[in-house]
Amino acid sequence: MEFKRKPVTDIGIDEALNRVDEEKIKKAIQWTLKKEASARLKIFVETCMRCGMCTNSCHHYLGHEGDPTYAPAAKVKQTIWDILDKKGNVSKEDIKKYARIAFSECNLCRRCVQYCPFGIDIAYLISLVRRLCCLIGVVPQYIYDQVLSHMQTTNMLWFRQDEWLDTIQWLEDELRAEIKNGKIPVGKKDAEVLYLAHGLEAKYMTGLLTNMAKIMNVAKVDWTVPDTDGWDYTVKALYAQDLETMGKVIRTHYETALRLNIKRIVIGECGHAFRTAVYEGVRYLGWKEPPIPYIHGVQFFYELIKERKIKITKKIEEPVTIQDPCNIIRYRGMGQMLRYIVKELCENIIEMSPKDDHNYCCSAGGGMIDSGPPWKTARIEGGKVKAEQISDTGAKIVIAPCHTCHKGIEDLNVYYKLNVHVKFLVDIIAEVMEIPEEMKP
Amino acid sequence: MEQFLNDPSIYTLVRGPLVWLAFIVFFVGMLYRIFTTLKMAKKEKVIYPYLSFKYTLRSIFRWLMPFGSISMRKHPWFTIITFIFHICIIVTPIFLTGHMELWNESWEISWLSLPVGLTDLMTITVIVCLFFIFLRRLIQKDIRFLTSTSDYILLVLVALPFITGFLSHHELLLQYKIMLTIHMLSGELMLIAIPFTKLSHMFMFFLTRAHTGSEFGAVRHSRDY
Repeated sequence: MEFKRKPVTDIGIDEALNRVDEEKIKKAIQWTLKKEASARLKIFVETCMRCGMCTNSCHHYLGHEGDPTYAPAAKVKQTIWDILDKKGNVSKEDIKKYARIAFSECNLCRRCVQYCPFGIDIAYLISLVRRLCCLIGVVPQYIYDQVLSHMQTTNMLWFRQDEWLDTIQWLEDELRAEIKNGKIPVGKKDAEVLYLAHGLEAKYMTGLLTNMAKIMNVAKVDWTVPDTDGWDYTVKALYAQDLETMGKVIRTHYETALRLNIKRIVIGECGHAFRTAVYEGVRYLGWKEPPIPYIHGVQFFYELIKERKIKITKKIEEPVTIQDPCNIIRYRGMGQMLRYIVKELCENIIEMSPKDDHNYCCSAGGGMIDSGPPWKTARIEGGKVKAEQISDTGAKIVIAPCHTCHKGIEDLNVYYKLNVHVKFLVDIIAEVMEIPEEMKP
Repeated sequence: MEQFLNDPSIYTLVRGPLVWLAFIVFFVGMLYRIFTTLKMAKKEKVIYPYLSFKYTLRSIFRWLMPFGSISMRKHPWFTIITFIFHICIIVTPIFLTGHMELWNESWEISWLSLPVGLTDLMTITVIVCLFFIFLRRLIQKDIRFLTSTSDYILLVLVALPFITGFLSHHELLLQYKIMLTIHMLSGELMLIAIPFTKLSHMFMFFLTRAHTGSEFGAVRHSRDY
């Protein structure tokens, strides 16, 4: 069976390859596979019995049924095994193929790891491929641009500090249309909670930040947002496996919180940022655990609802289903919390099958959606099984507490004509919670 | 060739020193592989600090229990075949009456031995299972894509001691002594190969499961089964 794919042009890969020579490629391979990787790489490669138990676990394989080149182990065979077989002497064409497999045919969701009798961490092996591509400078342009932005501004879209402060000011103005004397405290010292926002919440999806501010005000949380760089919780460097930048971003987040003497950091509904902040980035920095608690939106809402800090007045009646974002469910076991919240908010819940930590990836995560338009088809094809799952439930609303799942499923919705609305928890909570009389303007 | 295998000195060599060699290489090789892997793992700072005894046990228990994982439940036939295969391949040589006689003869030790009829059946089961595994490798597209020649060689390597053991016991095909020599040789070859080939999964299983089990349980708070 041949590796057959439709040609896709991505200047981050194609043109970057024009700038490098085989010597540089060899150096990057040596560094990644010999210096950085050791026991795990060796044992995983040597222990794989090629039994094929992982094949059907992968949504990309299911989206291209019958094409064995999409199976998880096959992706390792076509990358890592290939490099090892060739003893690191690989051509530019090979790198192009590796980059395509690593960035556009694997979401690093680790569902296949659950299916492997030996627990071989296939996602780790694929991220090694990403790492060496990154060291060569071969990364999809859309990801690379965001990584460069992270390097310089710590946020994902080249936002300047004054733009951030300005945004918070006008958002606060807008908030006061709904909440009397509503506040978005900036750089407040000794607060209970430091809220970090998604980069997009400051630019295109400001409604999310307003809704979060609404909830914070209604729940009377002692909160603040950073007054400096480091307000954006995203870490796109994780996708490129630019570990150095990843470490820098995570360090900035914790340093900002410690400088303001905050008790804990709360973020919105995002997957990769949470995983990076809680262990990937923390480990890279050489810490065993995060220095202060880092709370995901789902955990935060769970607390607010459970402790009755916010009251739900009317429940959503339309049938809803729940998307389980890998980064917080398979990667942090928040399935039960998420279900508790949704039960409090909605009358009619129809679960996907499979659900919870066995759920499929949305096919947009792990940087695939961040790879931009050139790779959209790849994730739409890989999302076939997710689309089927959703349409099988017959739900009208998909609750996806993750930016990537959210956008990914929205695209699937259009392509596969699912006729659903994809919603964040924050939007639903802001819609159904009670705003006390005295807070109404 | 027949004359060579019939030579009494070859027979003596194969049933004496080579057995010693095979067992020493097997045990020392296995310990060496485990030791070097554990040592290498120290270089990766994400392994030891996160190892959890509880989740290692959970992981190993789930994966040694038939249908203990979702993966096995999704592949019922393969699960049944591999469980029967693995049980038979480990139990048969250890509890075989013929082998027991040899232990008794040399070291005067013995333990439970199974009835000859049963071990005969188990031997055939191993061979049949291997045949199914071979067919699966050959026919199923995704597995054939992953397979290289060495995977087929390993199948033959594992099958040979069982086939020749069965044939020699029933004095089929070749002269008893010749078949016995081939049987011992192939058995020794397999033992020697275990630490240095993919057959090392018989002990590496516990190491990889310890890591992944701990990662899933203690760090990711989810299931690896």
